[in-house]
Amino acid sequence: MTVVELARRLRGGAVSARELAQQALDAARRRADLNAFIALDAERAEAAASAADAARAQGRDTPLLGIPFAHKDIFCTRGLRTTCASRMLADFVPPYDAHVTERLDVAGAVLVGKTNMDEFAMGSSNENSAFGAVANPWDGTRVPGGSSGGSAAAVAAGIVPFATGTDTGGSIRQPAAFCGITGLKPTYGRVSRYGMIAYASSLDCGGVLARTAEDCAHVLAALAGHDPRDATSAQRPVDDYVAALDQPWAGLRIGVAREYFGAGVDHGVAAAVHAALRALEQQGARLVDVSLRNAHHAIAAYYVIAPAEASSNLSRYDGVRYGHRCANPTSLEDLYTRSRAEGFGAEVQRRILTGTYVLSAGYYDAYYLRAQRVRRRIADDFAAAFAEVDLIAGPTTPTPAFRLGEKSGDPLALYAADVNTVAVNLAGLPAISLPAGFVDGLPVGLQLIGPAFAEARLLAAAHRLQQVTDWHTRTPGARP
Amino acid sequence: MSRAWEAVIGLEIHAQLSTASKLFSGAATAYGAEPNTQASFIDAALPGTLPVPNREAVRKAIQFGLAIGARIAPESVFARKNYFYPDLPKGYQISQYELPVVAEGVLPVRLEDGRTLSVRIERAHLEEDAGKSVHDAFHAETGIDLNRAGVPLLEIVSAPVLHSPAEAVAYLRTVHTLVRWLGICDGNMQEGSFRCDANVSVRPRGETRFGTRCEIKNVNSFRFVEKAIEYEIERQIRALENGEAIVQETRLYDPARHQTRPMRGKESADDYRYFPDPDLPPLRIVPEDIERERAALPELPEARRRRYIEAMGLPALDADQLCLDRATADYFEAALATLAPQAADPAAAKLAANWVLGELAAALNEAGLDIAAARVTPTALAQLLLRLREGAISGRNAKEVFAAMWAGEGEADAIIAARGLRQISDTGALAAAVDAVLGEFPAQVAECRGGNDKLLQFFVGQVMKRTRGQAHAAQVNALLREKLAP
Repeated sequence: MTVVELARRLRGGAVSARELAQQALDAARRRADLNAFIALDAERAEAAASAADAARAQGRDTPLLGIPFAHKDIFCTRGLRTTCASRMLADFVPPYDAHVTERLDVAGAVLVGKTNMDEFAMGSSNENSAFGAVANPWDGTRVPGGSSGGSAAAVAAGIVPFATGTDTGGSIRQPAAFCGITGLKPTYGRVSRYGMIAYASSLDCGGVLARTAEDCAHVLAALAGHDPRDATSAQRPVDDYVAALDQPWAGLRIGVAREYFGAGVDHGVAAAVHAALRALEQQGARLVDVSLRNAHHAIAAYYVIAPAEASSNLSRYDGVRYGHRCANPTSLEDLYTRSRAEGFGAEVQRRILTGTYVLSAGYYDAYYLRAQRVRRRIADDFAAAFAEVDLIAGPTTPTPAFRLGEKSGDPLALYAADVNTVAVNLAGLPAISLPAGFVDGLPVGLQLIGPAFAEARLLAAAHRLQQVTDWHTRTPGARP
Repeated sequence: MSRAWEAVIGLEIHAQLSTASKLFSGAATAYGAEPNTQASFIDAALPGTLPVPNREAVRKAIQFGLAIGARIAPESVFARKNYFYPDLPKGYQISQYELPVVAEGVLPVRLEDGRTLSVRIERAHLEEDAGKSVHDAFHAETGIDLNRAGVPLLEIVSAPVLHSPAEAVAYLRTVHTLVRWLGICDGNMQEGSFRCDANVSVRPRGETRFGTRCEIKNVNSFRFVEKAIEYEIERQIRALENGEAIVQETRLYDPARHQTRPMRGKESADDYRYFPDPDLPPLRIVPEDIERERAALPELPEARRRRYIEAMGLPALDADQLCLDRATADYFEAALATLAPQAADPAAAKLAANWVLGELAAALNEAGLDIAAARVTPTALAQLLLRLREGAISGRNAKEVFAAMWAGEGEADAIIAARGLRQISDTGALAAAVDAVLGEFPAQVAECRGGNDKLLQFFVGQVMKRTRGQAHAAQVNALLREKLAP
């Protein structure tokens, strides 16, 4: 059920927040096979649900009041272990809440647990987790996508109506596409990064995974806004995303980026996305061809900039103040080397090495600076396109979910699958992935990209599509 | 120094900006607190924490830039300097690299021989301090104190334009005076809030290329800076004269032996992998920010010094001394304002300067007090000097009165009255005293009239004795000369 439906039932007294929390916890335990959760916190959920029920009895009625949800285990939760799916932080209990945690707390949503993810958000299959891989609810032999794989699986399996996620190169949109749900990555700076464990600071973006665009609008309304604790947080006022959902939009121009339908895109995926676009056209949208000339450079630029920032961001995990510390270090260097070698998984180590390399004297100009120039061109391409169109559309991913283990031995093949999502992060734009059909029983995602701070427009277009299609209502068959 | 060699010195000064909180966190910066009581989650680099720049530190950087006539960058960039060390919680230090907030200023530096050196300051940038490793608190373990981690520093980098230890120290002192004058740094070298690294190289005189330089760290007093540079220059010359090459390295100064030696330990961090900090947007400073600071800028030491000499007629030496720190200069001006409220009065200025730099300085020194804690206010001192100028008390008695004021016995007039120190300058009364003395010593009077001038001082002494020191000495002298004329 959606957030909106659950809120209606709570309001009508058909169900209590405590019952919903219990149902979510039961469902999470029943679907332990998915491995979607790193931790469940029944005690905290019950306390929050009771508080929500009490508030409702007092007359409070806000959209998320009493709605159960899960946090990606990258958002710090005071007093509740926050691991980033890393052995490095296996025992880390934050003494503070992330901004996103605070906001949902204030909104009255009920946290039931922390979801699995790729370690430090590095990956797109959720196979890089110190807590094991996550299964795709549509097909247990396939990946749910990543890095917010646990969140996507938990929502797709109906355990929680929404979950938080982070998106650095597609980590909300790609798992949303693979799991047949809706995932919103807001504009960079729209949601504070305070308390969200950093992977690549200039790209990291908190957001939401839910069943519908309407639900995403309700959650974004709670998350968005300026936070003085994050110097990159936008000062700009927050739009009324929910009110904008039903605003009329005659003649919305949707740019169809030909680069997003290039070689490597599955025919079934392309067909499903075209069909969804035709549905939007029938609703009065105008489809326009656009070109994003530097799109093919996005992967290369991303895999320079993100590791560069990561190599520095992850330097703090040194075994000195918190986190994993190796046994019996013999020297300072031994402490660093073994703590980090033991604490970080292979992909994290790979990106730290890459990032250290591209920032090194003699390579900085050739890699880091060049990647930044490419980044600017990619942003310029989008800016030029948005002079002609209101939104840009394409498939979120070139293929549906691949098999567990299929690409884990080939990092480059895995990186290449991010082709349609990473450019959006490089340009700092908002984008949404929504269900657009199936290929061989596996969900396909349509990606809509907007200009900076055009979340309201994105959500309205997605909502309109979800009024005339029913892909988002499909759920995977019940399993054991 | 050998005539054949020329030393080239550049200083990197770290001035701790006196802000209440740290450069990127709200933790306090007070010195001497219990270890780790002034470290926030941000300073400890807990996961998910983010830096937010302290605008107060930025304001202070702007003030320094304006004071040296530098360019204030409308947009400067915080960069990460990456290296591993236990007292560096994030694994990087946030500093400024390619685009510093302050660029290209000049500071006039007065040397002891009277020359003025224009020292070019290449840049001044904001950066955070690291924490402190504590090696002696735990057995076989090192403790980390993060109180200092994140404290705001202004790193002031001079061009390599200094050529002797004396020039380097004169420049260092001038910067020290300036930052305290501006109130942006307390200048306390013992507590480490004003530190200096020196880059030293030597080259054959006449050579325009630079020699290989060594960086000397850990010099925490003016004297040590001078000694360390002196040693380092001699060491390099000796090496070069022996045909050895200078190795570019960081050296530590050992104050016990007055030597520098290569630094060991610390990751040999030649490659800091600087890159712009993605957590911090470029630091924007709009013209209004700059103008606000410019308007609030105090009269600078050099301008004030010139005013003291040119408008007040003070000797250069006095002006130099008074302008060594702003509180002293302000004290002087406050006293002078009471002493000579109207027009320029060079004699009054000189009198006030003498007392501020003489009696007052000595009293402060003896009590180990800062001028801010002086036990005699500028107005009170001026009251005393007024009496002295009027001739109501003698110079010697004025010192006694000052000592009594310092001891808390009250204001000048009250002390003069209570101790009966008012000087007798009434001609009638003085004449009576002189006549009485002359009547008492007829033989000496005759001898004196006979040409023995030395006896004049004997009579002055006798008159003083009779008047308990209150007689106006010059008047007594004049009267005696008149009455003892042959």
